[in-house]
Amino acid sequence: MMKTRNKSIPVFCLALPILLVTQCSLWAQDVSFNRDIRPLLSNRCFACHGPDAEARASGLRLDQADGDEGAVGSVIEPGSVDASEMWNRITSDDESEIMPPPGSHLKPLNEKELDQVRRWIEAGANYESFWAFDPPLKPSTPVVANKSWSTQPVDLYVLKKLESLQRSPSAEAMPRTLIRRVTLDLTGLPPTRAEIAQFLSEYQDSPEQAWEQLVDRLLARPKYGEHIGRYWLDLVRFADSNGMHKDFYRNQTAYRDWVIRSFNDNLRYDDFVRYQLAGDLYPNPSQDQLIGSGFNRLHLIIDKGTALPEESFSKNVIDRVTAVSTAFLGLTVQCAQCHDHKFDPITQKDFYSLSAFFNNIDAKPETISKKGPKMGLQQPFISLGTVEQESRLKALKQNRTKLVGKLKRANDEADKERLTADLDRLTKELDLFDRSIPKAMVMRERKEVRPTFVLERGMYDAPGEEVHRNTPGFLPPMKKIGKVPTRMDLAEWFVDPKHPLTARVAVNRIWQQFFGVGLVKTSEDFGNQGDVPSHPELLEHLAVSFIESDWNIKALVKQIVKSKTYRQSSSATPEEFNADAENRLLARGSRYRLDAEMIRDQILATSGLLSGKLYGPSVKPPQPEGLWEAVSMRGEKYQADTGEAIRRRSVYTFWKRSMPPPQMTILNAPLRDACIARRERTNTPTQALLLLNESEYLKAAAALAATVLQQPIQQRISFAWESVTARLPDEKELLELQKLLGDLQAKYSTDPELADQLVQSLELSQDNSLNGEKMSPNSNAELAAWTVLGSVLYNLDITKTKD
Amino acid sequence: MASFTTFDTLLNRRRFLTHTGMGLGVSALANVLAGQGLAATTNTPRDGVRNGTHFPAKAKRVIFLFMAGAPSQIDLFDYKPELAKLFKTDLPESVSMGQRVTSMTKGKGRLIAPSKFKFSKQGESGIWMSELLPHLSRHTDDLCFINSMNTNAINHDPGKTSFCTGSEIAGKPSMGAWLSYGLGSMNEDLPDYVVLPSAKWSGKVNVQALYSRLWGSGFLPSKHQGTSFQAVGDPVLFLSNPAGVDPTVRRRMLDSLGTLNQKHFAEIGDPEIETTIAQQEMAFRMQTSVPDLTDISGETTDTLEMYGPDIDKPGSYARNCLLARRMAERDVRFIQLFHRGWDHHSRLPANLAGQCRDVDQPTAALLQDLKQRDLLKDTLVVFAGEFGRTVYCQGNLTAENYGRDHHPRCFTAWLAGGGVKGGFQFGKTDDFSYNVVEDSVHVRDLHATMLHLLGIDHNRLTFPFQGLDQKLTGVEPSRVVREIIA
Repeated sequence: MMKTRNKSIPVFCLALPILLVTQCSLWAQDVSFNRDIRPLLSNRCFACHGPDAEARASGLRLDQADGDEGAVGSVIEPGSVDASEMWNRITSDDESEIMPPPGSHLKPLNEKELDQVRRWIEAGANYESFWAFDPPLKPSTPVVANKSWSTQPVDLYVLKKLESLQRSPSAEAMPRTLIRRVTLDLTGLPPTRAEIAQFLSEYQDSPEQAWEQLVDRLLARPKYGEHIGRYWLDLVRFADSNGMHKDFYRNQTAYRDWVIRSFNDNLRYDDFVRYQLAGDLYPNPSQDQLIGSGFNRLHLIIDKGTALPEESFSKNVIDRVTAVSTAFLGLTVQCAQCHDHKFDPITQKDFYSLSAFFNNIDAKPETISKKGPKMGLQQPFISLGTVEQESRLKALKQNRTKLVGKLKRANDEADKERLTADLDRLTKELDLFDRSIPKAMVMRERKEVRPTFVLERGMYDAPGEEVHRNTPGFLPPMKKIGKVPTRMDLAEWFVDPKHPLTARVAVNRIWQQFFGVGLVKTSEDFGNQGDVPSHPELLEHLAVSFIESDWNIKALVKQIVKSKTYRQSSSATPEEFNADAENRLLARGSRYRLDAEMIRDQILATSGLLSGKLYGPSVKPPQPEGLWEAVSMRGEKYQADTGEAIRRRSVYTFWKRSMPPPQMTILNAPLRDACIARRERTNTPTQALLLLNESEYLKAAAALAATVLQQPIQQRISFAWESVTARLPDEKELLELQKLLGDLQAKYSTDPELADQLVQSLELSQDNSLNGEKMSPNSNAELAAWTVLGSVLYNLDITKTKD
Repeated sequence: MASFTTFDTLLNRRRFLTHTGMGLGVSALANVLAGQGLAATTNTPRDGVRNGTHFPAKAKRVIFLFMAGAPSQIDLFDYKPELAKLFKTDLPESVSMGQRVTSMTKGKGRLIAPSKFKFSKQGESGIWMSELLPHLSRHTDDLCFINSMNTNAINHDPGKTSFCTGSEIAGKPSMGAWLSYGLGSMNEDLPDYVVLPSAKWSGKVNVQALYSRLWGSGFLPSKHQGTSFQAVGDPVLFLSNPAGVDPTVRRRMLDSLGTLNQKHFAEIGDPEIETTIAQQEMAFRMQTSVPDLTDISGETTDTLEMYGPDIDKPGSYARNCLLARRMAERDVRFIQLFHRGWDHHSRLPANLAGQCRDVDQPTAALLQDLKQRDLLKDTLVVFAGEFGRTVYCQGNLTAENYGRDHHPRCFTAWLAGGGVKGGFQFGKTDDFSYNVVEDSVHVRDLHATMLHLLGIDHNRLTFPFQGLDQKLTGVEPSRVVREIIA
């Protein structure tokens, strides 16, 4: 069946070499253990013959060649399949013998897989150490046939692979495509018409220089941090609410702003890691170091009065460890909560030893319940006031203390009355002033180290063996400074240049931001069950150069976007798209739908409405009525902001975990109740409804229309098209839009009421202006027609998509 | 639609289908592929729909009536007449056995609060039903009670999350999402999975929150997530055209969008552009199909009256029951109602009576309505809360007034239609409705059973994520409760 299918669909054959053939030295063999055999054994065998000693059957482990229970010599005879019991079992016809057993619901190995196993055993059954657990090593520079395409290392690795498949890279994309692609990728916003013009003229003179200057300009913009930082916020499940029970406001503003600032200031990645894991443990921690340690406060948390505090405590710790392992290790350590990991060499003891770094926070495991924590803050937190603010606060507090004293001593009723009134006033003033000073929840260690136990089956009330702070045994050992290892020791362990995972996981995620898919597709899982890298040596190169650059993120980003690989055209034939839908081969530029935030920000930016304001508390743009009430325990109503607040970038949109903004979630933004390393992208009718009907998006189309109407008549359509897509319309496109405009103008002039309805819904300001342009009351039909035309532009596939 | 003459178009079609929530049903796709001599082993786990049922299904669709907050089984279904004699006595240690309790009753006395409500035998099956459910009682012979339900969670949030997604930990796909993923859709114009939260309820204490993760898609492609219908405004978010855009304008917009997108597809070659075109057209169809679904003006007076007085209120449980029937008629796969207000820690009798008034008549009407339209036979109706309530009182105890705390160790759910036995009781609790003494059914066993009725082996409906072949029923063993299947 399988064979017939492959024969009958040539497209599938195109896809196969991508997976099967890599020519890099690391993976050069005909069959590679790391690439071909380990994933297969992991998926089909490790659950019973792998790292988990509890579940191990027949005293056999296939994840190790040697040792008491190792495979080689017992069930695998190198060189001979016939003498290998494992081969007999995976090829058996006997239901009582075949592996994996039918009851496991695991698929038997197919012909291709059996062939790989056979060849691997015949070639000597060589077990390689797992690639991702060995320190990254600088690979040799590949030799390519086409010497003229590029001399950049990134390109050489990509080209080498293409050449091995008798393929060649695509041509460079058109300059308008290039500037839109890189501006979106580096700032999350499209280029303006002026920026396009500047780039086109520079590009004509010197493409390379123009490109480099453009990239440098974009990297220097504060918008860069707002965009790149947002991916980090997904990863650490940043949100503005507790996420459980009454889902109270949780004030993490300072942490979000710090992330944005860190990317803009190009804080070294190793420091970025240190601050978050252990910023509070520096000898004299700076404000930023403390704010960064707020990473440990981002988990979901319940309010008092319903759960048992012991259980909540345990959940918080597990959530923290899960975040650390997803974000920094790229491993599913949390799978070892209840038992040893089934696929990776992480023991349950490892999990709890790691948790011992994170269970000693000097904070209550639940937040207060009645009205929720004041200002969304739960101890420990720090004040971020200026010197003046702090001294005024101190003065106010002293005054208050004095007043209280006076009141106590007062005997006269009139005095008492006056002093009480003064005290009330002062208390209010103090409270108001206190609320105006930003604060940040931080990490703080208890004085004594809390003992930690393995929790049997992960149950909070079933402590087992006592464990001590340590890192997983299969990874390099941690150095400790004092007697008891600290989170700072742990942070240093993570950022040691020899750590096999930290740099690989980080560069892979950054790569993913520019190509849609990481070199390792499973960017959250670099373990045995994760995907093998599409370009292993490129990943090694990026990881090593990242470490050698002192963990310089902007340099890494620049290396990626400077590459010819990145600059390829994304056009191809439908067959090529189908054969490599995710562009793993990198034979073209990557084309995929923009993130929800980018789609909204682009609409605001191109219509001229976007606020450039940076930082500060989250804002609430309008959303359909009734969403919060429908889920809330407290009858909460969503109170939309007005004015500039509703025109700010989406990274500042208020994120209630129980009901995040639908404009975001409909377009695949995660709920932020779990750590997400990569978003998925779907294409659904509800997305079409959102983009066609959301009232704020229509208002933006009207603002665009108002600007367009100020242009000379002949240039209007081109102006609108270029503003939205960064391209100029060709003949056909112009013609189609002219026809559309004509039909809309006719429709709205014959149905002026409809036009009035549209214009009324825009809620123009009192002077009847829109986007700074004064609208004439007689021009409703015209404005309506152009607004609808703008909405059509915002709904083009090329508008919501990169390229 | 294009005819399937070449492999290219066939693959494009398949790509289209795997990207849409509402394409042809998978079985239809299978037919198309089979017609080409290809079996439908659509092994595209990233975005794909699985390959349908594993064995013939007894039910085609599910209506899941979720009573969020956890109704008291002792006052509704799990009749314990002997308790009356033990009013205000201590719950024996031999029964409670030092079990975990919530922080609300930890360290407090445990005085037995018998139900103040009368029970009577109903139907030919003679099953005991509470006086609080007079309408539903008339359908007792259609109902299959599981009195031995139990769960691990002792608090609402994890309780609801595990009932709806199979795991207490946030981030897993909901049951409806699994079904959408596993079975595909049966209609072209509506979502596979619709959620109908009540906008009002009678319970006045402790109305627990809902979370969109309860109908989320977790790590499954998000097209499988539940579409929540709103009580106010558009039933589906952003369904209506904005002011000043009428259907002719919208049609004209879509015509230009189609032309331009098609042109760009010809230039760029990305089949995703075709998907965008298809989804914009689907959105346009939904603008008709959804209002048609929610417009109940064509229902007869008899039908409307059957659902009770709340039927006139949009967002009421009664209205949602009627909408559920209309969705079942239109082959929506998974319809989930959420009715909140069952968390009766105090003043249980008054609040429980109100909640029962909300749901009793509409639920009975829904069963009746499905039956008379011959839909009950292949529609599985499930009625459950996230856990049960304690036999012992929380707060002040009088014969007339009491409260009950959370109780995960036993509770009652009932099923109807869709291939389950009617007038049947399964599982037993002890004399205190405290421990299961016979035929324990964990929530994951119920999940396995529901999937089984839909033709799915719960061990084989999997999706690779974080290194595991994840499934609704998780890693703990679970079983299909075959005893309740007709």
